[in-house]
Amino acid sequence: MYVAVKGGEEAIDNAHGLLAHERRGPVSVPDLSPDQIETQLALAVDRVMAEGSLYDPALAALAIKQSRGDLIEAIFLVRAFRTTLPRFGNGEPVDTGAMAIERRISATFKDLPGGQVLGPTFDYTHRLIDFMLAAGVAPPAPAEVETDFEATPRVTDLLDGQGLIEAELPDDTAEVGDLTRAPLDFPADRDLRLQALARGDEGFLLALGYSTQRGYGRTHPFVGEIRFGEVMAEFVPEELGFAVPLGPVSLTECQMVNQFHGSAELPPQFTRGYGLVFGQSERKAMAMSLVDRALRTREFGEDVTAPAQDEEFVLSHCDNVQATGFVEHLKLPHYVDFQAELGLVRKMRSEYAARQQELKEAAE
Amino acid sequence: MSAVAAPQANGYNFAYLDEQTKRMIRRAILKGIAIPGYQVPFSSREMPMPYGWGTGGVQVTAAIIGPDDVLKVIDQGSDDTTNAVSIRKFFAKTAGVATTTETRDATIIQTRHRIPERQLTEKQTIVFQVPIPEPLRFLEPRETETRKLHALADYGLMHVKLYEDISRHGHIATTYDYPVEVADRYVMNPSPTPKFDNPKMHMSPALQLFGAGREKRIYAVPPFTKVRSLDFEDHPFEVQRFDKPCALCAATNVYLDEVVLDDRGGRMFVCSDSDYCEERRADGHRGELSGEAPGLHAIGGAS
Amino acid sequence: MSALAITAGFADPVIEAQAHFHALMNALARPGSVQPFPAALDAPAPLTRELAAVALTLADHEATLWLDETLAASKAVVDYLRFHTGARLVANPSDAAFALVADVAAMPTLASFAQGTDEYPDRSTTIVIAVETLAAGGDLELIGPGIEDRTRFDLSPRPAGLAVQLAANRAKFPRGVDLVFVGARQVAALPRTTLVSEV
Repeated sequence: MYVAVKGGEEAIDNAHGLLAHERRGPVSVPDLSPDQIETQLALAVDRVMAEGSLYDPALAALAIKQSRGDLIEAIFLVRAFRTTLPRFGNGEPVDTGAMAIERRISATFKDLPGGQVLGPTFDYTHRLIDFMLAAGVAPPAPAEVETDFEATPRVTDLLDGQGLIEAELPDDTAEVGDLTRAPLDFPADRDLRLQALARGDEGFLLALGYSTQRGYGRTHPFVGEIRFGEVMAEFVPEELGFAVPLGPVSLTECQMVNQFHGSAELPPQFTRGYGLVFGQSERKAMAMSLVDRALRTREFGEDVTAPAQDEEFVLSHCDNVQATGFVEHLKLPHYVDFQAELGLVRKMRSEYAARQQELKEAAE
Repeated sequence: MSAVAAPQANGYNFAYLDEQTKRMIRRAILKGIAIPGYQVPFSSREMPMPYGWGTGGVQVTAAIIGPDDVLKVIDQGSDDTTNAVSIRKFFAKTAGVATTTETRDATIIQTRHRIPERQLTEKQTIVFQVPIPEPLRFLEPRETETRKLHALADYGLMHVKLYEDISRHGHIATTYDYPVEVADRYVMNPSPTPKFDNPKMHMSPALQLFGAGREKRIYAVPPFTKVRSLDFEDHPFEVQRFDKPCALCAATNVYLDEVVLDDRGGRMFVCSDSDYCEERRADGHRGELSGEAPGLHAIGGAS
Repeated sequence: MSALAITAGFADPVIEAQAHFHALMNALARPGSVQPFPAALDAPAPLTRELAAVALTLADHEATLWLDETLAASKAVVDYLRFHTGARLVANPSDAAFALVADVAAMPTLASFAQGTDEYPDRSTTIVIAVETLAAGGDLELIGPGIEDRTRFDLSPRPAGLAVQLAANRAKFPRGVDLVFVGARQVAALPRTTLVSEV
């Protein structure tokens, strides 16, 4: 017996050596620290945490460094790390009503309790390249204001009080599914759908959400509210029996409010589409809430006609780690199967040529 | 060099997976064996290698392998293709098990796209990496529908598809992933092995396990189980035939890879199963080009 | 109850679980073949060491366990299995992923366990039964996947009307239960695919 140490093994090692070299780049440029990534490329870190399904900014920053800024590769690294972590149990549901708001806007009401808070946003910036950034000029200090922290009610709760929006009643008895621990089964309940969307690829959800706006499963959405800030994650250890705080988690929540004409069973009312992601990512949270509402089509007695409404289609294809693996596996050798196809095409070509010859002879 | 036992990588369990995950996979394997050809859903984990690159096979191997096992990994029939090397290294590193390239010495053979030419034995388990486990998937994309069809043993769609091939081309135009019926019940995808390998599955003394990581399915064919390639009375199943023997070892009745030698149409055909070819050459068999093409066994490896 | 009162499970859980799984896999893949099953642990009676080894190898909080009356009546057995597996114990045999049977004579019918559905035949119970002897040869003739031609198998004591019950179980295929028998450091199995006749 022997271990094959042929060209393949050495070539792989050498390729990885070269990768490490290219990752570092020229040594005349200072090495990038994970701290710099975590604090200065924070939105990339947020995306990696969201789609990696693991809240750990330092780890996500390191993954971005390791992946040379390829975010799907970084998400993959975080997912593979996450798989082997022991599970202690499920956390308590977070209360986004008690969020320490950094940004909160509503498109449905001009003003509302808690106010509109713009916070750090690209909105209304003119998209002009800022050459001062290249020069490393420090920005002026941001404006500050003294506030008393108080809970900011969600817009949907305001509507709920008037019975204008579908009631959403918490069910404390139902177990929350986890698609990373049990295989997904169709039709999937909303908890699993939301989990899949929260981990889903931002670009894929963005395109699907966009398609609903263009008429492929229109849902008449309004942004009831988007909020971003920190909430406390809590866990109830079996032996204590009460919730202990684990630490603050940054979240973006989007509540889409959708017009609904009613059905035989339901009066006309607004319905909800929900988006919740780690970190600051309004694009993802908004796309998620559009797709969530689209996936509730059947629930409202509507026909499934568009891709965004098709649960099997959306849930089977929204995961970018799965998608990238399978697309990229095409670069693995397939020469055995290709040989089989080659043989068949040759055989069919010779059969075709023989038929043509027969026709020609018959004509002559 | 004799079989090498490498030290375990720090920080991870034996064979990488945690025990909870192994138990989950083991339960699925036992169900798969009890219901031959039925695809058992399992909660496939994210592995430190990409989906589509053998994560299903790796999880199955990790769940069954023990310290006394000897592992062989092949891709396209060859031990030294890059992905085979990578998976073999993964287990040498995480499980510290002995590895081999020789089919007869292996207790577990993980494969992508081939079944070795040498007949497997009762002491062996072969683990297939499966990209799309559902044989009906390209006829009916919905899982909810294909599940019903399997429940009803309604394989009419598949027969219609194969028959359409015959009416259009004069023969069945499926050359790999060729559907089989297992133990007179489930229609199963043999994974993208060429149909040349289908007859090897029938009444094989070895246990055959199939893992599809991305699609989250495990299935099995127990040893000595009927595996029939779907066909019609007037169009019986046939395997590929090659006009020439292997150019290196002169083997016939084996699956051959076509190797392009130059840009003027020159080509040779050599065994796809590199271990089989090497063994025959070591036994003194010589093909017509064996003198002129040293080291051709490594083709397709590190390119 | 103090944890100290609970007797030992596997000394090396990783390696021993693999070895016992390997024996179980071979037993199911080759129906009627008798596989060695070391079961080197210290189970509280009436739980046999082999039943305990199967439970420790396969059960956990994601796979439910049903215990027959004899086992369920013993607090020591219940505590042992809870501690070592974390599995949820169920009262109804049709809710069980695994069933442990120590008293063959009092065993419920095979049909009272989970049979799976036509769409998910895997959602069925694997019944693990402690017996005194398991042997090749004997008066049970087995045919089916995993068996080259036919084979003979013997076990005692047997559940009441075993051959008739197994025929009914086989007729439901792909639904049905799978049987695992454990004897003195041995294991054998009859999956639902096996045709069993008394000769």
